[in-house]
Amino acid sequence: MSETALGAEVVLRLDQITKRFGRLVANDAISLTLHRGEVLALLGENGAGKTTLMNILFGHYMADTGSVTAFGQPLPPGQPKAALAAGIGMVHQHFTLADQLTVLENITLGTESLWSLGRGRAAAREKVQSLSRDFGLAVDPRARVSDLSVGERQRVEILKALYRDARILILDEPTAVLTPQEAEALFQTLRLATARGLSVIFISHKLHEVMGHSDSCVVLRHGRVVGQVATRDTDRRALAAMMVGAEMADSAVAPGVAGPVRLSLRGIRAGALRDVSLDLRGGTITGLAGVSGNGQAALADLIGGALLPEAGVMQVDGAPVLQWSPRAAIGAGVGRIPEDRHKTGTVADFTLAENAVLETYATRFSRAGLVDWAAVRAHTERLIAAYDVRCPGPEARIRLLSGGNMQKLILGRVMEETPGILIANQPVRGLDVGAIAYVHGRLVAARDAGAAVLLISEDLDEVMGLSDVIHVISEGRLSPAFARGALTQGELGLWMVGHGFGEGAAHAA
Amino acid sequence: MRLEPVANPTLLRQLGLPALALCATVLVAMALALLAGADPFAVLGQILTGALGSRLAVLETLNRATPLIFTGLAVAVAFRAKLWNIGAEAQLYAGAIIAVLLGTGAMGAPFVLPVSAVVALLAGAMLLLVPVLLKVRLGVDEVVTTLLLNFIMALFVSYLLEGPLKDPMGMGWPKSPALIPEARLPRIVDGLRLHWGFALALIAAGIVWLIQTRTTLGFEMRAVGANIRAARFAGMPVNAVLVKTALLSGGLAALAGWSEVAGAKGHLSLDLSPGFGYTGIIVAMLALLHPLGVVVTALFVAGVFVGADAMSRAAGVPTYIADMLLAVALLFMVLAIALTRVRVVRG
Repeated sequence: MSETALGAEVVLRLDQITKRFGRLVANDAISLTLHRGEVLALLGENGAGKTTLMNILFGHYMADTGSVTAFGQPLPPGQPKAALAAGIGMVHQHFTLADQLTVLENITLGTESLWSLGRGRAAAREKVQSLSRDFGLAVDPRARVSDLSVGERQRVEILKALYRDARILILDEPTAVLTPQEAEALFQTLRLATARGLSVIFISHKLHEVMGHSDSCVVLRHGRVVGQVATRDTDRRALAAMMVGAEMADSAVAPGVAGPVRLSLRGIRAGALRDVSLDLRGGTITGLAGVSGNGQAALADLIGGALLPEAGVMQVDGAPVLQWSPRAAIGAGVGRIPEDRHKTGTVADFTLAENAVLETYATRFSRAGLVDWAAVRAHTERLIAAYDVRCPGPEARIRLLSGGNMQKLILGRVMEETPGILIANQPVRGLDVGAIAYVHGRLVAARDAGAAVLLISEDLDEVMGLSDVIHVISEGRLSPAFARGALTQGELGLWMVGHGFGEGAAHAA
Repeated sequence: MRLEPVANPTLLRQLGLPALALCATVLVAMALALLAGADPFAVLGQILTGALGSRLAVLETLNRATPLIFTGLAVAVAFRAKLWNIGAEAQLYAGAIIAVLLGTGAMGAPFVLPVSAVVALLAGAMLLLVPVLLKVRLGVDEVVTTLLLNFIMALFVSYLLEGPLKDPMGMGWPKSPALIPEARLPRIVDGLRLHWGFALALIAAGIVWLIQTRTTLGFEMRAVGANIRAARFAGMPVNAVLVKTALLSGGLAALAGWSEVAGAKGHLSLDLSPGFGYTGIIVAMLALLHPLGVVVTALFVAGVFVGADAMSRAAGVPTYIADMLLAVALLFMVLAIALTRVRVVRG
């Protein structure tokens, strides 16, 4: 990194790359350049478009518009083979190795012709061994991949790329699975690689890695480049602000009138949660911000009845919870809007009517074990009208509905029970603007009717725009409660990446 | 070539493809007949008349369909909840054993028939309960356990017929003593060789249909089968639902064996079931697991077997053609069902 590569020959140029998935614009006119010997960090929250961009570069996806140029030659779109031939090597977050084969076999897989039958094997071993030496990638070529550690497997992936004479290495969140020591060794390898004239792009959302090991940073947000800076000209705070967005959330939503505590957690340990304490008050939207996979699912499952606490106390309306299950939670007035409406929220092959009573068929729509389908139908028709579900009718299969309409039915199913506690886990993910506004309006209405709402979202704008109180979750720990407007987006962003959690956070940062 | 989902299959697609599958099955049957050195049209005609051509033939087909309706229902109920009960054969023999135990003099009229029916049902239910508890508690794959129980049961029946249940008057054959007349299922109409087991099978199909469509248990069974995660999230007692499904499925399969012994045969022997338990899987799959459809497909499958028997005697083509026909019919039907939902696109 000492001999900084800016100004050196351009090896890779992405020009105005745009990729849409339906209505979602995953990449919006993204351009970037990579120089010889440069380490470029691609930063952004989940869903910012980093992985999509790299998949386009490597030919897994075809861009709708835009072009890729490698070493001065345009790269034909949608052809991983062409990318390989042009000297681009990719190390995916989830490794693509054959467990039952040896390291050497994995590395040479697909490079030797059918007829060579091991003639080139000695030469191949030679080459792999010299590559391991040159790049500090210690791994035994004869070892079976299933016997290797995660760090070793990653080295095999890098060797695989180098063996194919890659001049540009792309690593998708390479340190996500590594111990700090393994990560340090990886960056050592990357330094050796750049010293030999290779160029590296690595995807990350860990600011300290980016600051410590890159020459330049490109920050993506909502599919757009929001900044490209030389690493030495920036700092963590500025990057965090760019990542989560500098624009202020509109505070169109009036604050709620806080009521009594409906649900309280004290020192809860469950699944990924570590010593979590939380109060959900009536008439309040409590926002939970955080990068996904930091314990949000466990918290939603815990309150929703799908997960039992290993330690700690949970109280609903002041009474300690003893028997807990989804059914008990529903009975206690907990409404749940699940994170995955396709897999957990609905039964795809069931009709709207059947899905509408999935939680209440036994309590409200049956007598002596017989389902009252006439009542179910009437109820569903009411829901369809009241929640503006666009559908052919209550007997249509729910799989035919768009995500937004499916979510409206789930919303109706939950709201009709007037829950005292409402868990909304990623309630607007994948929805269009109109449906988002509708769902948000209903959440605020539930709050105004006195419900304690827990809003779990990765979108900081959403959390800041709707919440009366905000917590940040990181690695299973919960931050203190922040009143609306108490922290800026940048400050919340730092909590999200693990800063501020006090002792115990040191090793994570 | 790639597959592309069809969002709204047209009625033509939904009915035409299965019809096409049936035609293709007939063509394969004719090819097989040709291969065996017979006139394909004659073979086809003989299968048809063998199954439906006379009053006797029709009655034989209905009799043969009876155990298949029961095992088909047993499989359909279980598979609907994605409980893979491959052990209907074992449960069938459990019911048959009960019919012999209670029907050879242990009880008299008028209780012996209803009591032995209920006990047979419970015996089959208990036999399936063990693998399901293993599945629910320990995650043991029920495909393996139910399948292996078939062999255990076959050996157990063999032991009973060589030992404790052996007919002392049986000239050394491994068969049980005959049931007392009071323990036999009477014929529906005097003089016609069709016993009440067939009527019970139809009633069972109706009851299963009502359970699945009208009751909360049926709703839970279908939800657990269609999306177990959503069922669990919605608060359904998934494990209890699976156990109840197992009790129903095992009980239905046991009734197949009970009605064969009490109705058709009058005694238990090792050849009581020519694989009714396994054929029940074909019956249920052809019916798309619909309980009323099971009645139709059981009649079809029984007709093919009975017809092939008759044809074999007349044309000298081996009866194995029936097994091949059913296998081909099932394959084509599964393919047809799949193709109603996806289409093959070039490029």
